Amino acid sequence: MTLAATHRAIDAVWRIESAKIIAVVARMVRDVGVAEELAQDVLVTALEQWPVKGVPDRPGAWLTAAAKNRALDHLRRVQLLAAKHEEIGRDLEIHGEAFEPAFEAALEDDIGDDLLRLVFTACHPILAPEARVALTLRLLGGLTTDEIARAFLLPEATVAQRIVRAKRSLAAAKVPFEVPRAAELPERLASVLAVIYLVFNEGYAATSGGDWMRPALCDEALRLGRIVAELMPGEPEVHGLVALMELQASRARARVGANGQPVLLLEQNRARWDHLLIGRGLTALARAERLNGALGPYALQAAIAACHARAGTADQTDWPRIAALYDALAQLMPSPVVALNRAVAIGMAYGPAAGLELADALSSEPLLKGYHLLPAVRADLLLKLGRLAEAQVEFERAAALTRNVRERELLLGRARSCDSA
Amino acid sequence: MRFMIIRKADAETEASVMPSERLLTDMMAYNEQMVRAGVMLAGEGLHPSAKGLRVKFSSGKPVLIDGPFAETKELIAGFTMIQVKSREEAIEWVKRWPATDGHGAVELELRQVFEAEDFGEEFTPELRKQEELLRAQAEATANKR
Repeated sequence: MTLAATHRAIDAVWRIESAKIIAVVARMVRDVGVAEELAQDVLVTALEQWPVKGVPDRPGAWLTAAAKNRALDHLRRVQLLAAKHEEIGRDLEIHGEAFEPAFEAALEDDIGDDLLRLVFTACHPILAPEARVALTLRLLGGLTTDEIARAFLLPEATVAQRIVRAKRSLAAAKVPFEVPRAAELPERLASVLAVIYLVFNEGYAATSGGDWMRPALCDEALRLGRIVAELMPGEPEVHGLVALMELQASRARARVGANGQPVLLLEQNRARWDHLLIGRGLTALARAERLNGALGPYALQAAIAACHARAGTADQTDWPRIAALYDALAQLMPSPVVALNRAVAIGMAYGPAAGLELADALSSEPLLKGYHLLPAVRADLLLKLGRLAEAQVEFERAAALTRNVRERELLLGRARSCDSA
Repeated sequence: MRFMIIRKADAETEASVMPSERLLTDMMAYNEQMVRAGVMLAGEGLHPSAKGLRVKFSSGKPVLIDGPFAETKELIAGFTMIQVKSREEAIEWVKRWPATDGHGAVELELRQVFEAEDFGEEFTPELRKQEELLRAQAEATANKR
């Protein structure tokens, strides 16, 4: 194996093992920052040793054992050993050098608990949202600072600083390395899910497609979501979020036309949707639905996406159900954007007049001021009602408000078509 | 990127010999590991080729040929679809395939799946909505706190 190939192989092992290693070490040293540094040290050792001595048969076990040794050295150094002696001693008996496969299987659960602690710590509410994102990608995704920086179109130094500060904040606040107790859990879980969805959207809504890292964020978020879903199988919103992401990702390749122009959902070629992801999304949604009666915001959005996914053609879309789901979403998460979406759904389900009435009611909404989709939606409904002159004005208004060139072209085209109709 | 791990057939899979309990346990543990790591998308085992058939087009017309097929080693007994960050990561997963399979002599093939990686350069209105929704959501969460 060449040196470069060995390095790539080590990267791959790191990608698979790093979160588990950091989690296990963090439980020992009770500090994710220190845990990450110790894990990094081990990675450096591997990069030095493996090209010479060869890659071990069980690289993951090698890294874990080496990281635990580092953690012990660290604990000794800070003289915590006495206090920790008993606990660590027990740990070593189990985790020590002899890695029996059966033992490892039994330990998966423990590692699962440690991973979950790591997830909650990285997404801790004392950190700013962007710090949670960076730390999560670093600690759980195994992404390098450079990769995170490229994905978010930021200077590497900015991301590095964010991560350093986040680790310091966690240490300074003495955030315990724990899964939050029941009373705190809903809010803390919401933070975890928001971080994952933020990562997903950063990739999904990429304004510039140049760097491969941006779309890769979608895959990364999906991966994190799937991991958390396995760690917390009893939480419906985790499955709801996974379902939402799988279903949205399933449309990725259909939503851009041959010339890079956006293709609206109802005009997408459904044969280009990814049916493997649709199947996974529907399964995840079913898991969420099985767990309790009332769906949360993610599961509701996933259920809406599922209505589209289930329709073989745009005509077959179950708009009354989508409208009902938006009703539920508006109750749970009132926002003008949800209300506007609801107006669209009602317009599709019960006729443009009903939709227009709701859209008109939103025209004084300050949050939608300058939001091009409000006039775009109104224009569409007016057009359907045959009120062409009004529709044209609204299309033009929407075109003036959008910052997206291709979308502007699309809207101006529709405005012109009001003339000829 | 996606990869398909193809499990090549052997005399036993072609003869419908059921896997041992040990192998089933190992296989399940392996799949579980990949599910927990968020990389496994799908995986299936296939009936022997005796139950399959081939369709060969000849002058544009389909000609059906019933199984079984002779060249056992060229056949497929199952597949696993994974989503990973690199080819090396895929290789690392393949190397962890249970060694008990095929009595220690299983043959696997790793193939990359074509994907339209281009997620496009522009926002679509649908995406904007989604992004705004997210922002609204973030605001709502922030306000609650």
